[in-house]
Amino acid sequence: MTTVPNALDRSFRQAAAEAGLIDVSFDVADSPVGPLLLAVTEAGLCRISFDPEPERATDELARTFGVRVLRGPREVDRVRRELEEYFEGRRRTFDLPLDLRGRSGFSREILDRLARVPYGQVTTYKSLAVEAGNPLAARAVGTIMNRNPIPIVLPCHRVVGSNGSLVGYGGGLDRKRLLLDLESGRPRLDIH
Amino acid sequence: LKRMMEAMSVPPFERFYVEHRDAVFGHLVRLLGRQRAEDAFQETFLRALRGYDTLRHGRYLRAWVFTIATRVAIDEGRKRRPEVVPELDVESADGRPAYAQIEHLAEELPEKERAAVVLRYAYDLSYSDIGTALGSSEEAARQAASSGVRRLRRRLS
Repeated sequence: MTTVPNALDRSFRQAAAEAGLIDVSFDVADSPVGPLLLAVTEAGLCRISFDPEPERATDELARTFGVRVLRGPREVDRVRRELEEYFEGRRRTFDLPLDLRGRSGFSREILDRLARVPYGQVTTYKSLAVEAGNPLAARAVGTIMNRNPIPIVLPCHRVVGSNGSLVGYGGGLDRKRLLLDLESGRPRLDIH
Repeated sequence: LKRMMEAMSVPPFERFYVEHRDAVFGHLVRLLGRQRAEDAFQETFLRALRGYDTLRHGRYLRAWVFTIATRVAIDEGRKRRPEVVPELDVESADGRPAYAQIEHLAEELPEKERAAVVLRYAYDLSYSDIGTALGSSEEAARQAASSGVRRLRRRLS
């Protein structure tokens, strides 16, 4: 069977993006917390997933942003570069526009507040709930963190339990610990 | 039911593209040769992208993209072919219409007949390949080509 040459495949993907015909471009990038699926729309970064299997991610992306989902390594270059800088300890804030379509109301409010939790610091599920004017919603905040569409950049790893325990993480506790260690500049995390 | 719904819904473009790109490329190579197939490949999938978000279901996607590819190949073929002077004698030595002499007329044929005539006489494709390209059977392709040729002959006489 004839196979499409790589150069032709690349040039089609690029032409498609340049023609503005793509709803979502994605690619998989390596990182110290494992391969990450990165996805962007014209509006900005819309997804970081610890599950790098595009088969699963593309269905969900298509439902939220449109069916014209296409792998496009160049389109996610800027995100890839900022993440590399972050993991090398050279970047503390991200300068990436975000596309949070599909997140509204309380969920959006919490994600906006989450975005302002500074590098190297932690907050609690409860404080986010209190800040958003809904002190009884700590559990709901936990759920919103668990479904965070853009982990790392929206730093849900900086949210811990009131007693200092890590509680949970959509990407698994090992990753949460690794990210907090990275930001603390210490080999091991010790929250009091 | 969920699986049925998924089978019918339009898949993310990436899945559709990965599933069909090699077959479409092979089809274009057969129609146009390796070099020209590359341009046609890109154009085929760009055209597919332009229509993709208006598709209402995910059935017959293979036939759909093969039809696009075939039309792109026809356009490519026409673009590169020099103008020909029409003549009334359209029989070549082997009794088949000499394609160069009917090309300008083929444009007026209904779409399916035009595609069948062009693929048969300009590209010398088998009816089974033409059937695949048009998303129909070998027999339907043969009929489309022969009724296209009959229509052309009537017009010429």
